[in-house]
Amino acid sequence: MTATLTKPPVDVSAEPEQPRRKRNVAGFLNWVATHAIGLALGLMFATPVVFVFLTAVMSDNQAFTSNLWPTEWHWENFVEVFDKAPLFQYLVNSLTYSLLATLGMLISSIPAAYALAKLKWRGRNVAFILVIGAMMLPPQVVAVPLYDTWSSLGLTGTLIPLIAPYFLFDAFSIFLLRQFMLTIPQSYVDAARVDGCSEFQALVRIIVPMAKPGIAATALFCFLFTWNDYFGPLLYTGEVKDQWTLSLALATFKGMHIVQWNSSMAVTFLTMIPAVVLFVFAQKSFVKGITFTGVKG
Amino acid sequence: MTATLGARPAPGKGRARARHRLAVLGFMAPALIGFVLFFGYPLVATVIFSFTKYDLINPPEFNGLANYEFMFKDPLLTKAIANTLWFVVVLTIARTVFALGVASVIARLKSGVGLIRTLCYLPSLAPPVAATLVFFMVLRPNGGPVDSVLGWFGVDSPLWFSDPAWAKPGITAIMLWISGDLMIIILAAILDVPQEQYEAAELDGAGPIRRWWHVTLPTISPVLLFGIVNSVILALQLFTQAVVAGSAGSGAADATGSTKYLGFPDNSTLTFPVYLYTQGFRYFDMGYAAAMATVLFVISFAVTIVLVQRMRKNSTAEEGGPGA
Repeated sequence: MTATLTKPPVDVSAEPEQPRRKRNVAGFLNWVATHAIGLALGLMFATPVVFVFLTAVMSDNQAFTSNLWPTEWHWENFVEVFDKAPLFQYLVNSLTYSLLATLGMLISSIPAAYALAKLKWRGRNVAFILVIGAMMLPPQVVAVPLYDTWSSLGLTGTLIPLIAPYFLFDAFSIFLLRQFMLTIPQSYVDAARVDGCSEFQALVRIIVPMAKPGIAATALFCFLFTWNDYFGPLLYTGEVKDQWTLSLALATFKGMHIVQWNSSMAVTFLTMIPAVVLFVFAQKSFVKGITFTGVKG
Repeated sequence: MTATLGARPAPGKGRARARHRLAVLGFMAPALIGFVLFFGYPLVATVIFSFTKYDLINPPEFNGLANYEFMFKDPLLTKAIANTLWFVVVLTIARTVFALGVASVIARLKSGVGLIRTLCYLPSLAPPVAATLVFFMVLRPNGGPVDSVLGWFGVDSPLWFSDPAWAKPGITAIMLWISGDLMIIILAAILDVPQEQYEAAELDGAGPIRRWWHVTLPTISPVLLFGIVNSVILALQLFTQAVVAGSAGSGAADATGSTKYLGFPDNSTLTFPVYLYTQGFRYFDMGYAAAMATVLFVISFAVTIVLVQRMRKNSTAEEGGPGA
């Protein structure tokens, strides 16, 4: 949990000598107040999930009550939900969607980002603006003709309409990768060219190894975006239950499959685990990636 | 920005130039094809479909401006527009102010920064469906945690996702819980404010609050603008939380078949994209949905232009050193 943002916070400790005692007391109170607020904020963000967890391990009956703390801990709830709904099938579908989409994104977006970041060509700025435009476009805008096309190909009801686009074009990933690649000094690319590398070799041998953290961050975001996606799976696989992803299935749990709070919260909790695991293992990539989407033009 | 990226081969070397062009073409080809297939064509087709009556089974039938004319007579569309406008205003302000506030507090912490930042950021990675259900459970009026805590103070909990007046604030609460990405962006900007500026302000006798107001805020204003534009886009696209809150609230959760929960309660969560989805993919009135999509496109396009302008300004201001 080390701070990855390099600059230290506003540093009051380095204040000059001045009326010392008074300052120290005020500074201490300030410290306590700031940290109390900070801690309260952290708890505020964490408590909803704590309640979800506590509800998930309650007995069926207790989950209906207003008790906040489980009297008995039913860990088996996390296992039993797999019997109440074909969760394993949904998990496989989610992984298929997320992993294949991420793979496709890497194949299609790395070269495009390289061309936008490190090669000079006419129309490059226009192309980049089109990428931003595509990134900002609500998915509902293009849904009608796309659904129409996929349906006439007989592919609605499968995961193909969700995965296929990533093998050609994913605006957000191209944008993010380009931002990362801009930070690689041009001289590395030029040196590779002087050494007789083709553009493709320069990309594979120089840029990709240097952009690894950026590529990792982009892959993480792509995986999570598809894992979290609801509109896409709803649109294309909503009618075909055995193609549902976890997110889509989760939306139906409260009410249809499972009436009990403990079971629906157990599934809710399970769907949030991948994000936490990925974050713990790649905290730096996340923070860097997020920062890149906002700050650097 | 272009000045530093001189990768064009030396003039006169025709073959090198041809190879360079081939490389660009090769690298961009998948993206180009993808853009045409998944954005270019469907955008044009959406506009064309919007002038037709189309149910996906029979071939589209040209009906002129009928879809657009119907928009003015459709009370549900008026409702959907009002709901989305509500989110554009309330969600944008709430999200930007909230993220700025949290980031400002974290920026002042001297210990535990990593832990608290992680706690604030993690919810934004949760699947939106899960985040919505989390709040549905935590806010449930009959014995949920928030209800219990309010009960200690003798306050009755609102009905949240069952009350037309509280459903949108409930969704806003979800959106604030998952606004950690914007917080991280703003936090990074705050930590990037040059230390000397604070010192100068302090010499002028400015206290912490005035330093925040006169130094921090103006310096990070481009990032705040990004946050506002980003939040507007988020509000315009609001779909998942609205659908899931409606279906969970109505107690008739069903991801697909029925439309009765969409907008529950009393159409208060019927956002523009939800209504578009309902018309297009539940009632298969593709023409009308395409007309709505065209309207949504025009609005998002305008918002995107604001963002692109801002990025251009930024990149000319920081000439030569993005990511420095």
